[in-house]
Amino acid sequence: MNIKSLITPLATLTAILMSSPSFAEPTYGFSQIGSESGWRTSETNSIKAEAERRGIDLKFSDAQQKQENQIKAVRSFIAQGVDGILLAPVVESGWDQVLREADRADIPVVLIDRGVDADPSLYLTKVASDFKEEGALAGSWLAAETNGNCDIVELQGTVGSSAAIDRKSGFDALIGNFPNMKIIRSQSGDFTRAGGKEVMESFLKAEGGGDSICAVFAHNDDMALGAIQAIKEAQLDPADDILVVSIDAVPDIFKAMADGDANATIELNPHLGGPAFDAIAAHNDGEDVPKWIKANGPLYLPDTAAAEYEARK
Amino acid sequence: MQFVSKPRPDAKTLAPVISLFVLIMGTSLVTPGFLDISIVDGHIYGSLVDIVHRATPMLLVAVGMAIVIGTKGIDLSVGSIIAISGAVTAVLTVNTEWLPFVVMGCALLAGMACGLWNGLLVTVFGIQPIVATLILMVAGRGIAQMITGGQIVTFHSEFFNAIGNGFFAGLPLRVVLAIVIVVATALVLRKTALGLFFESVGANAESSRLMGIDSRMLILIAYVFSGFCSAMAGIILAADIRGADANNAGLWLELDAILAVVIAGASLSGGRIYLGLTVIGALIIQTLTTAILTSGLPAQYNLIVKASIVLLVLLIQSSRTRDFVKSRLMLARRSSHVE
Repeated sequence: MNIKSLITPLATLTAILMSSPSFAEPTYGFSQIGSESGWRTSETNSIKAEAERRGIDLKFSDAQQKQENQIKAVRSFIAQGVDGILLAPVVESGWDQVLREADRADIPVVLIDRGVDADPSLYLTKVASDFKEEGALAGSWLAAETNGNCDIVELQGTVGSSAAIDRKSGFDALIGNFPNMKIIRSQSGDFTRAGGKEVMESFLKAEGGGDSICAVFAHNDDMALGAIQAIKEAQLDPADDILVVSIDAVPDIFKAMADGDANATIELNPHLGGPAFDAIAAHNDGEDVPKWIKANGPLYLPDTAAAEYEARK
Repeated sequence: MQFVSKPRPDAKTLAPVISLFVLIMGTSLVTPGFLDISIVDGHIYGSLVDIVHRATPMLLVAVGMAIVIGTKGIDLSVGSIIAISGAVTAVLTVNTEWLPFVVMGCALLAGMACGLWNGLLVTVFGIQPIVATLILMVAGRGIAQMITGGQIVTFHSEFFNAIGNGFFAGLPLRVVLAIVIVVATALVLRKTALGLFFESVGANAESSRLMGIDSRMLILIAYVFSGFCSAMAGIILAADIRGADANNAGLWLELDAILAVVIAGASLSGGRIYLGLTVIGALIIQTLTTAILTSGLPAQYNLIVKASIVLLVLLIQSSRTRDFVKSRLMLARRSSHVE
């Protein structure tokens, strides 16, 4: 017997010994889109932290914005025999095949923060915010703040994006209940600061200096931050002369609120790990899980802004 | 206005000027108060001022682009250079105590280095300009994201606030800055033989070289200048929102800049540089954007309206359309004579 023939069984034994703790703690795979924005980075960190808190061995894969990388990652999770897969799909279509493979391997897949157009029976559930409810929450805050009397200008997101369409329709539906609330101007600022500033400048000019504008509703915080600068440059006081309400809760908007330049923001909830792991646990216990678990964030006001900014910066 | 190739005031050169005039008049009918200009707090204020104010970054990029296109090249990387110079401005302002002039110099140097890279790929390695600059167009945004760490870096500096939104002698400072750069460029091109050299390289690089013109050096200079103009635009755009947005700053601006050069009547096959008309072209595009924003048009129609009007301007400019209309008119006249 030579050394070589001894090594193989030894290595196998070691591997079995090393991997034995994984029988105790569940192993999940998480395929993330990438780290293109601050929000996505905090989503990744939140899910990793949640996994650690629950003693889950989380295998993380960054797809760098490519669907093929995500499909590869999901296949390798299946090959490793994980207990569940979290998938933040970069696009809506083209998932049927790989989801079917996971289904056949009896591994539950939870979609994170975005949907897919595949057959809903192929995945366990989707954990995501409801953009319509975000829009409605912004509208209801504004209605309460102005007693239902407000001429609003709206900064839309990129035309055709689901966030822009649904935030608008949720907001429109809510203010439709108040006869004296109406959107007097609405244009796309492409979700960017520069876009929000340019559009707000033209609104202020078109509305005779902005005296008739009661509030600005921006589909994201970045556009609101641009609009705040435009309002200041028109010699008006943002948050006072013109109310500013937006969605996402990025750190800079908390700074603006603390400085008295913005009124309210609604968080696009990045803490999706908890509900996702709960859903898989419930499924394993044989419970029924709804196809869409809504994980909406709260509305933040200036009173907590300074503390939130310190915590998030 | 200074023209490098002195165009005669024929229909072709008049077309952009008339288009701009008609566009402004048309908008003032749709949006009352569009033409109003007043003095607020000692500086000039109004929608027309906004147009010039907003147009400066694209106008600067278009001026650089006009010279590159004049040498039969094209620069697709301008948007990425904007992102890079904005990122450099923001990161240096936040992380160092350097004087704003030094920071600005570094941002401009970064842009010129990008231009040098483009120029070297085109001249030394003989890569086609559209491919050579495509590389930086794709990679440049990545470089900018690396510099900013993928976040929007916000900064506060009196100096850059002034460049973004300040006023000088009642005029927006950035407009003054753009005028200085455009006029200086026009003077250098027209009062020296440089403009002619650029155009001859664009018309025929090989025969220019045989005549003793250093084609390579000239092409290199064109790309470095385009990098400088883009960097300047990047500084203005970052100063405007007091932050560097690596993902979005200058996104698709290369297309607007190329369009401005084309509206000016320059051919993409090189040999002609019309600086003055390029400025008009840039103003036409910005007037369209501002007009659409103030008109109350639903957002989903923005692009189609913009494209239709640009198409109309280009059709007016095309000599073939004019010949067609002329021949039709003549036919109509002839037939009326026969009757």
